[in-house]
Amino acid sequence: MVKVLERLGHTVEFPAGQTCCGQMHWNTGYQAEPLPLVGQFVSQFKGAEAVVVPSSSCVAMMRDHYPKMAAEIGDAKLIKDVEELLPRVFEFSEFLTKRLGLEDVGAYYPHRVTYHASCHGLRNLGLGDGPQRLLKAVRGIDLVEIQGLEQCCGFGGTFAIKNADVSSAMLAEKTTAVLNTGAEACTACDNSCLMHIQGALHRQRTGVRTVHLAEILASEEAVA
Amino acid sequence: MSAKLHVLDPTTSPSFPVAAKTMLGNTQLRKNVRHATEVIQNKRARVVSELPDWQQLREAGRQIRTHTMANLDFYLEEFERNCTKAGGVVHWARDAAEAKQIVTALVKASGSDEVIKVKSMTTEEIHLNHALEAAGIRAYETDLAELILQLGHDMPSHIVVPALHKNRQQIREIFQREMNLPELGERPQDLADAARRFLREKFLRVKTAVSGANFLIAETGGVCIIESEGNGRMCVTLPETLITIAGIDKVLPRFQDLEVMLQLIPRSATGERMNPYNSIWTGVHEGDGPRTFHVVLMDNARTEVLADEEGRQTLNCVRCGACQNACPVYRQTGGLAYGSVYAGPIGAILTPQLQQMHHAQSLPYASSLCGACYEVCPVKINIPEVLIHLRHKVVEQKDTLDAEALAMKAMGLIFRSERRFRAAQRLGRIAEAPLVRKDGQGSGWIDRLPGILGGWTQVRDLQQMPKETFREWWEKRGSRGK
Amino acid sequence: MSGGRNEVRVANEPTMNSSDARALVLRRIQAAKGAAPEATVIEREWCAIERNYQRTATRGREAVLELLEDRLRDYDAHVMRVRPNEVAATVAMMLRERGKQRVVIPAGLTADWLPEGFEFVVDHGASAVELDGFDGVVTGATVAIAETGSIVLQDVPGQGRRAVTLVPDYHLCLVRVEDVVETVPEAMDRLRATATLPTTFFSGPSATADIEMTRIKGVHGPRFLDVILVG
Repeated sequence: MVKVLERLGHTVEFPAGQTCCGQMHWNTGYQAEPLPLVGQFVSQFKGAEAVVVPSSSCVAMMRDHYPKMAAEIGDAKLIKDVEELLPRVFEFSEFLTKRLGLEDVGAYYPHRVTYHASCHGLRNLGLGDGPQRLLKAVRGIDLVEIQGLEQCCGFGGTFAIKNADVSSAMLAEKTTAVLNTGAEACTACDNSCLMHIQGALHRQRTGVRTVHLAEILASEEAVA
Repeated sequence: MSAKLHVLDPTTSPSFPVAAKTMLGNTQLRKNVRHATEVIQNKRARVVSELPDWQQLREAGRQIRTHTMANLDFYLEEFERNCTKAGGVVHWARDAAEAKQIVTALVKASGSDEVIKVKSMTTEEIHLNHALEAAGIRAYETDLAELILQLGHDMPSHIVVPALHKNRQQIREIFQREMNLPELGERPQDLADAARRFLREKFLRVKTAVSGANFLIAETGGVCIIESEGNGRMCVTLPETLITIAGIDKVLPRFQDLEVMLQLIPRSATGERMNPYNSIWTGVHEGDGPRTFHVVLMDNARTEVLADEEGRQTLNCVRCGACQNACPVYRQTGGLAYGSVYAGPIGAILTPQLQQMHHAQSLPYASSLCGACYEVCPVKINIPEVLIHLRHKVVEQKDTLDAEALAMKAMGLIFRSERRFRAAQRLGRIAEAPLVRKDGQGSGWIDRLPGILGGWTQVRDLQQMPKETFREWWEKRGSRGK
Repeated sequence: MSGGRNEVRVANEPTMNSSDARALVLRRIQAAKGAAPEATVIEREWCAIERNYQRTATRGREAVLELLEDRLRDYDAHVMRVRPNEVAATVAMMLRERGKQRVVIPAGLTADWLPEGFEFVVDHGASAVELDGFDGVVTGATVAIAETGSIVLQDVPGQGRRAVTLVPDYHLCLVRVEDVVETVPEAMDRLRATATLPTTFFSGPSATADIEMTRIKGVHGPRFLDVILVG
């Protein structure tokens, strides 16, 4: 992601004090633990022109829940800070397509790839076909559409542990769909989905790998 | 009636993960569920795309239902007034027990020891048939699916297509046996014809009917039933006495509001522009329909749901079942895994709340929070939000020494401090080392995790942590970076 | 607050019990969300509900009528559009095609619409079993909705009580073109004045999809529906 952004001429900073958005806790029902993370996020990123996140579920967490979490904490300054900062927080693909208005970011990835639409990106962030347009502009790529593009891969955070059997069944459908495309690699905007899918692809010794959208976009033609 | 009857009772049902595991092993069921949900989803998508104002309808639906719940007492009283004025008799029931008691007494008072019933989730919720049988009253289900379930001693697995877990061979066997039709054909048309003949005899003869209601219209005192087969019309028109039982959440402010619901519901429930029959009647009408009409308004913990500001939107549900068809979890397990007559996404939020969070605590976790349900809900219930809210309620009930709670606390502490976060990353690398094995390509993978994490490695490998975390990479290049 | 929830009270008099329950349920509602405001406030709130969906026709009259015909044919109904002076002949043709001879009709059905050569019996409260003995029923209609292919009947002269269009296996329905609207909201507007009458919407013959999701026609209610558009 850093590579792509710098290639496009932007200056990237990584505030070292950042840790986690708190989604795992919040979504599992633990609402006390993630509260301090709101203030932490604000203090780390407050001055940024734009905050870019390689994970649609993290951005969804912040957009959907940070305002009310700040309200719960009751700190007027924090509420205001969150309100001001959130419009500058982007998931990586939406930063490129919506904020920068780009589709071609100068990438080269000569492989057969299929794209999985992560649920949070699709439904919470409304990424639409942004990721696919970015992929289509990649030189050398052979993009194949997957059946059941919008169907959940079955990760769902702690769901994969608490309901391991159902999660596995959902994953089996997704894995089959990936294999049916004949792709070498499956990509998405969320590492949680990719880790999940990769787990099965590897266990089954399919030889198919997963790769984050950012990795594809970062990939360049080798210098001769 | 000697066969074992599955009872979907949330107070005794196994937890979702346990029940789901059983259902996942039922290949026939999974096939039926997949087929049924796909068919309805495709039909729904087609008819929804025909309406350019679909999103505006959804928003109106949401506002109508929200407004109703905010003024529920007012509208219930208005309905009662207008229904009574038109010759209906309105009863109130605090809970399931009282509702059953009232209905049983009313049936007896009607002078009949049998009733014909229209499908009603409300009657399933309270297990009405069981109470009627105990009082010596035979209840005949008249919806084809409910008939199939009743004759097959089974329970509903879907709000709108309750017997979708049965295929035609299974249905044929049930009919052959229970209707005494050894020569019965196996085409769906044959089965429907058999049901028609079997039930027609009852429609023309039985004096008392029990129904649910889709809507109680406050402005007019009218009741609206939305159906496909015509058995509803039979039950609310031909008998001498009609007893309608409805949750208090069924009330609708005005006649005009039906213009929204009658567009949202058929398209969402069965993927049709309009379902075959809608019946609206008001009290008693001389010479047309039952001479005696009773409505039983039942609470049964709906007021508890109403009291929870964040859970309240659950009551906006119009029982279309679209969420079930869209849900990737339901698709794998079917409805019976939820251990309640309300299954799928709506079941995951309604059932525990109706149980006041004493039971069905695994249901809010029976979801990957993918949001497909919210996308299709005709009245825009934010089911994922409510799921998270209910998970919080479950956690609050937990013992502080609960293993999961402790682990979560520990993780929380780690996330609050960058120093601890780094330390955890280092520790993770150390801890995983003994579990890592190199694969054919030389990269490190873990194929067996201990304890509860073992659920992950059942079917998945976990890649070894990268040699260099992003943090470390960033710091290394620091001075060299642009 | 689970006190009393699982208690079973002995019902001596349902009505007496019911008023206790009534008071309690209303109290619970008010405790849950506060007492409802004044009726005028509620009315204002209801009026403020955003209704940005389509409430009027967007198609021209001819297009609306064509749409209704298309939708009805989708439901396998026979549809014909005829001028008022052709109705009786068309009724005769359709009844003959279907092999119907002895047909029940509601009181008040337009006499001009009925041809010679058939037995039309006016319904005067026949029993369900007697209704079952007829070959079919002929009625008018209150309003038809083109977008959904729906026809609405109410208990008025010419349409009759509900049982009459429920029990016989065949229904021939006459719809005047001026009673055809495009959208559901327009239909509800037309029905509002008589909203308390027994009302039935039909959209095609009865159907179920309960067996392997195959739509099967005709479980209960008339299995055969024909429509004549008059005008």
